[in-house]
Amino acid sequence: MKKANGFWLFLIVSIVIYGTVQFLISAGILNPFYSNTLIFIGINIMLAVSLHLVIGITGQFSIGHAGFLAVGAYISAIFTMKLHLPFPVAIIAGGIVAALAGLIVGIPSLRLKGDYLAIATLGFAEIIRIVFLNIDYVGGAAGMQVSHLTTWTYTFICLFITIVVIMNFTNSRHGRACISIRENEIAADAMGINTTYYKVIAFALGSFFAGVAGGLYSHNFYIIQPTNFGFLKSFDILIFVVLGGLGSLSGAVISAILLTLVSTFLQDYPETRMIMYSLVLVIVMLYRPQGLMGTREITDYFGKWKSAKGGN
Amino acid sequence: MEWVQQLINGISLGSIYALIALGYTMVYGIIKLINFAHGDVFMIGAFVGFYAITGWGLGFFPALLLAMTVCAILGVLIERIAYKRLRNATRIAALITAIGVSLLIEYGVIYVRGAQPEAYPNVLPNKSFELFGAQISSQSLLILSVSVILMLILQFIVHKTKIGKAMRAVSHDMDAARLMGINVNNTISATFAIGSAMAGAAGVIFGVYYTKIDPLMGIIPGLKAFVAAVLGGIGIIPGAMVGGLVLGVVETIVSALGFSLWRDAAAFIILILILLFRPSGIFGKNAREKV
Repeated sequence: MKKANGFWLFLIVSIVIYGTVQFLISAGILNPFYSNTLIFIGINIMLAVSLHLVIGITGQFSIGHAGFLAVGAYISAIFTMKLHLPFPVAIIAGGIVAALAGLIVGIPSLRLKGDYLAIATLGFAEIIRIVFLNIDYVGGAAGMQVSHLTTWTYTFICLFITIVVIMNFTNSRHGRACISIRENEIAADAMGINTTYYKVIAFALGSFFAGVAGGLYSHNFYIIQPTNFGFLKSFDILIFVVLGGLGSLSGAVISAILLTLVSTFLQDYPETRMIMYSLVLVIVMLYRPQGLMGTREITDYFGKWKSAKGGN
Repeated sequence: MEWVQQLINGISLGSIYALIALGYTMVYGIIKLINFAHGDVFMIGAFVGFYAITGWGLGFFPALLLAMTVCAILGVLIERIAYKRLRNATRIAALITAIGVSLLIEYGVIYVRGAQPEAYPNVLPNKSFELFGAQISSQSLLILSVSVILMLILQFIVHKTKIGKAMRAVSHDMDAARLMGINVNNTISATFAIGSAMAGAAGVIFGVYYTKIDPLMGIIPGLKAFVAAVLGGIGIIPGAMVGGLVLGVVETIVSALGFSLWRDAAAFIILILILLFRPSGIFGKNAREKV
């Protein structure tokens, strides 16, 4: 009963946020710069939350998330620009193909642990990037023209679905299994949890939402290029999750909002931004390795409703 | 005789990878950390060499020594400031810190001097002569011999000196080494110093050979050197050399076959295949993780 109340509260809060912003945009109070920033925040939250599922919940240290973003971006761009299909279809297609890519990458590489998994996912992401670089159909290094279709409504709907699905997944039996893998894989295995199955499921689900975010990402710009999806993009997403706290969904959301705002206002000083990012990473790891929120959720502080709790 | 020439090119490139891979493998062997910042130490080495040659008019060998010294100090500093506190932390925390340090060095350099690339001065005589019908430049031979000499010195240090013995002991079992009266902190610092000096030398050699350096140049060679270290069996010094050479040759062959755009992908494909089928590398022994 408590949980259901929490969901309705979440729904109402979301509708209020959406309605307010939509009103401000249509009334012309928010200029395109700010509405674009909001869309960007939404995309970054989706990326952060989808990586949170892989790193924070399942404990699999994947640092090649930009690869799945790239798959989603390119596939959905092909769907709208080359096949002239509607935008929602393209977003879903981007997500599905990214999930397939996640399966292909995940099944072999999730046999690896820790550092090796990190390097293998980084390598896979780089291979994906090089593949797009070498396909002339999508423009190679010059990039691909994409029309601007992403709106606040699309972003918000996708973001809402992402958060609800990942929150429910975390609280389901599958999510508990994933958390047990994070805490101790050998013990989880001994308790009869099919670790490979759950790791692959979490990985594919994370890739799916990264692909959806990719669809929004590509249609938010007028051109996409393989260089947009390099190591730096992966590290950007990683920083959201690490700063928020490994295992905290609301932490990932909060740090994605914070860092996107910071980087938007530091757009003219890219070096300063990267220096700040790297200092944040190092200092957080040295002095507060659990991140801003640890594994706690923002709702824990209110003590009222405790859904989406990523274990203790 | 195109192939002999390609082979020589591949070995020259491979020896650069091998020099960087040595640092990776030594550090990994001793504290089980992938030092992502290692590729950036390589970049710093290239820049120190560049400024020493163009700014102070030093020759190749003094510049090489200077770059090695600066990089050794830098390596120790990185270890003392960033990694030392994390020795008992989780692997993920250490890895994230390493990524952070790497980004910090890259963008620190860009902040100080800008992102524009720099053309390396020509410091070595460039004569080419024929061997089995292939054109071989004296430059690539010199580079190769410098790398081989450095690797021999490293072998000597690791196997014949007291610090080398301490390094081997610490990498085998840190706690037991401490009980035997080995100063673990100093030994780890020495490992970082030696590994970083090798990377610095590789930076200068890379600059002379490829004539173009920029602040982000360390990323790709750094990752490839890591691939080389994994290929040879991480933690094993001869493995890193062989892995580096194999990787260099494979890459040159891939380009020679006309797939030069796929060259970077080749290294990662090798990495993934190795990780999947023989995670311990060519020279490694299989060890199962204990519960």
